[in-house]
Amino acid sequence: MAKRSHITLSVNGDEYETLCEPDQSLVDVLRNELELTGTKEGCSTGDCGACSIRLDGDLVCSCLVLGVEAEGKEIETIEGMATSAEDLHPLQTKFLEINGLQCGICTPGILIAAKALLEKNPDPTETEIRFWLAGNLCRCTGYDKIIRSVQAAAEEMRKG
Amino acid sequence: MASILEESGFNPGADLKIVGTNPIKHDGLDKVMGRAKFGADAFLPGMLVGKILRSPHAHANIKSIDTSKAEALPGVKSVITSADFPEKKAGTPPGDMTRNVMAREKALYDGHPVAAVAATSEKIAKQALKLIEVDYEVLPHVIDPVEAMKPDAPILHDYLRTKGVDGAEDKQTNVTERMVTQLGDADTGFEEADVIVERSYDSKPMHQGYIEPQGCIADYSEDGQIEVWCCTQAPFVYRDRLSAILDIDCNKINVQQSELGGGFGGKTGFYGEPLAIMLSKKASRAVKIVLSRIEVFRGTGPVSGTSYTIKMGCKKDGTITAASAEMIFQSGPYAGSMYFNAPNAMFTRYDLKNVDITAYEVLSNRQKVASFRAPCVPQIVFGVEGVVDEMARKIEMDPIDFRLKNACDDGHTTIYGDTWGPIGFIETLKQAKESDHYKTPVKEGEGRGISTGFWFNRGGETAASLNLAPDGTVTIATGTADVAGSRISISMMAAEELGIPVDQVRVKMVDTNSLGFNRVTAGSRTTFSVGMVIVDSARKCIAELRSRAAEMWDVPEDGVIFEDGMVRPASANVGDFEPMSIADICKKTTMSHGAISGHTEMNVTGAGPGFAVNIVDVKVDENTGRTDVTRYTVIQDVGKAIHPDQVVGQIQGGAIQGVGWALNEEYIYGDDGRLQNAGFLDYRMPVASDVPMVDTIMVEVPNPAHPFGLRGVGEVPVVPTMAAVGNAIGDAIGIRPTSLPMSPPKVLDIIEQAKAEGVYKG
Repeated sequence: MAKRSHITLSVNGDEYETLCEPDQSLVDVLRNELELTGTKEGCSTGDCGACSIRLDGDLVCSCLVLGVEAEGKEIETIEGMATSAEDLHPLQTKFLEINGLQCGICTPGILIAAKALLEKNPDPTETEIRFWLAGNLCRCTGYDKIIRSVQAAAEEMRKG
Repeated sequence: MASILEESGFNPGADLKIVGTNPIKHDGLDKVMGRAKFGADAFLPGMLVGKILRSPHAHANIKSIDTSKAEALPGVKSVITSADFPEKKAGTPPGDMTRNVMAREKALYDGHPVAAVAATSEKIAKQALKLIEVDYEVLPHVIDPVEAMKPDAPILHDYLRTKGVDGAEDKQTNVTERMVTQLGDADTGFEEADVIVERSYDSKPMHQGYIEPQGCIADYSEDGQIEVWCCTQAPFVYRDRLSAILDIDCNKINVQQSELGGGFGGKTGFYGEPLAIMLSKKASRAVKIVLSRIEVFRGTGPVSGTSYTIKMGCKKDGTITAASAEMIFQSGPYAGSMYFNAPNAMFTRYDLKNVDITAYEVLSNRQKVASFRAPCVPQIVFGVEGVVDEMARKIEMDPIDFRLKNACDDGHTTIYGDTWGPIGFIETLKQAKESDHYKTPVKEGEGRGISTGFWFNRGGETAASLNLAPDGTVTIATGTADVAGSRISISMMAAEELGIPVDQVRVKMVDTNSLGFNRVTAGSRTTFSVGMVIVDSARKCIAELRSRAAEMWDVPEDGVIFEDGMVRPASANVGDFEPMSIADICKKTTMSHGAISGHTEMNVTGAGPGFAVNIVDVKVDENTGRTDVTRYTVIQDVGKAIHPDQVVGQIQGGAIQGVGWALNEEYIYGDDGRLQNAGFLDYRMPVASDVPMVDTIMVEVPNPAHPFGLRGVGEVPVVPTMAAVGNAIGDAIGIRPTSLPMSPPKVLDIIEQAKAEGVYKG
């Protein structure tokens, strides 16, 4: 049997070393090798966005990235968005206050994607938010409260 | 059934402090921080990876399965086929269940499991699947239920005979049952009509579309105790059915539900769980099975597709005189589509005297269907509300006035025999008519649709415990699932009854060994039912708190009252005692008298039926046939909203699921009977940029059978959706579509037809 590949990567500022199959996806490495299960896998084909992460700052579906491609890269996942309940990102706070989540399975990916949006565009229109999040499926909410949560977080962040 | 909740104690004038507010749900923090544990998020020591081999054929005899090469692969710890499961008679509920999770004599749909392996890694498990040799004898298949009813159709089960048809005893068939539902005399009713409209409709299966694929871990210990971790809406139903198909006592199967990443009815029956159990038994190690998205589409249940005809008649003044329907429901390869809901709900909300409904359930070589929000009703209401709209147009009556003319009021006796208490259908229609949306003229080039819907919101078997800790805080154990926020609503009702802050209550969804049977979380029953049980349990605790205070004060129990979270003397005559909080009494008496707790099990009755009206505006692109929903308003009777924000969320989510069903979502099969769109790219669910905000108007007509007036809210929102979108498209282009989904190619054809007939609007 072919040997597994050794990779070193940074996740939320922590260095990890692990072995992975050459064809193993990054989401699988995060979840099943590092046991960082906050990143969800909904489709494995880049269509649902539940596995959204930042890879050297880029917003990507981690199911479309190989583990070996993460060698030497900096990764940001939902586990890095806040270290405690007192330290929540405004997006996390607004999703809680406005009920931007129901079951919560799409929430990590949507929060990661929305954070990337607000870094690029601190004052997005409703349409801009809707198109930015078009790669993140939610089946519970109908998106209304998700969009409102992002709008409210953007407003709060603009106030500083 | 020991209950002190003989009467709900509903008080319309009650000064509620917590019910009706919007606290942050207790499970929310873990969910926004990535800490919540869903089905695929758990690990056990030594755990193996389970994978399922599925039939590539829609219909085939399984002549033999050779697993020897797979078993010989290093790292493979167990391989199972149907031979590892107890024999259960075909055509019985356990016989069908065991065959659906693992094909036995035949593979009956593309994706039907035929074998499974457990190995030390996913890679080895996948290699092992390729080494399993299945000798199939491919048989002619039938996908379309109308085709499946024809005399020369391929037969799925030699033994099947149609129930409800005289003389069917000798005939092989794919029709499981013919069900007739009648009220009054439809023929006479149609004779009295001035206008009769009759239309035929069809709908395709759509998938529930939960974002979390099914995931489970089974651990079969050497002494025969089985621990199952899984995402489910029905832990107790899973346990009981696992017991039935595996011949294992219920008390040896302990099901612990994980967080549930969406279900919508699709996680009310098991798929991987029995396979993981048998793999674990053979391997003597824990086994985890997580389905891929392709497996979710190919191997789990979508909703029933339908073909049906609706006929209704009315007088010139708008009074509906009769309604009839003939309907075919596709069920997949086994019975169990819940099609019986349709006759009971499709017309229910209109006060009809003459009804004649015939419904058939038909098998074909498709995935076995599963529940979805208001099972088998929305796709029929699509037609009913189309006919209702057409009648209103023919007699030139406002569509809301037409519905008001026929609307049921309090005290209505339904076609299924229930007599309703106070209901809010008329009020929802009135508020729809007064809404800003309805009063605003339709934009140039757009169309507007109205429709209505009903759901039963029944209760059912529910058991829960409420425990007062020594510090006076409260823990609640429930056996229902939390599909989107029931834990906070249950906490709020307990806190309201006990007069304490909601933060002092925590709800845990416990394993099946910890409580008595709880019915599936489905049908909008959970917050209603658990609310009843928990209020009853809280009242038992209050009775005990009063008793202990009476003992401490040495006064009769009726000299002690409980209000606003405090135990007090009933009057100055009782004596001069300092009021005590729950915490005071718990601290003073837990060690001497034992803990205070209330436990209740009930078959909860007193359902408050729910009604909704939808107003939808659409814009249809003449060149592409694409429909965009531009404005959406839902007016729904919610009884009393316990947590209004979450109720609004249920309404909005249901409406947008309906938009997907209306415009895009369908299972597409090739001529070979294989599913061609088993992925989110080709099975197109609504994304954020497809849809508008959903405005909601909550009508609160309390259900007096519930202590806080609650009605279920989760099913009703989806019932009227496709009909409203359909009526809006009809208004926009001149002809009302009759086939779901109303996808661009179909709408383009209708635009051409409308132009040819000179009725095109656009």
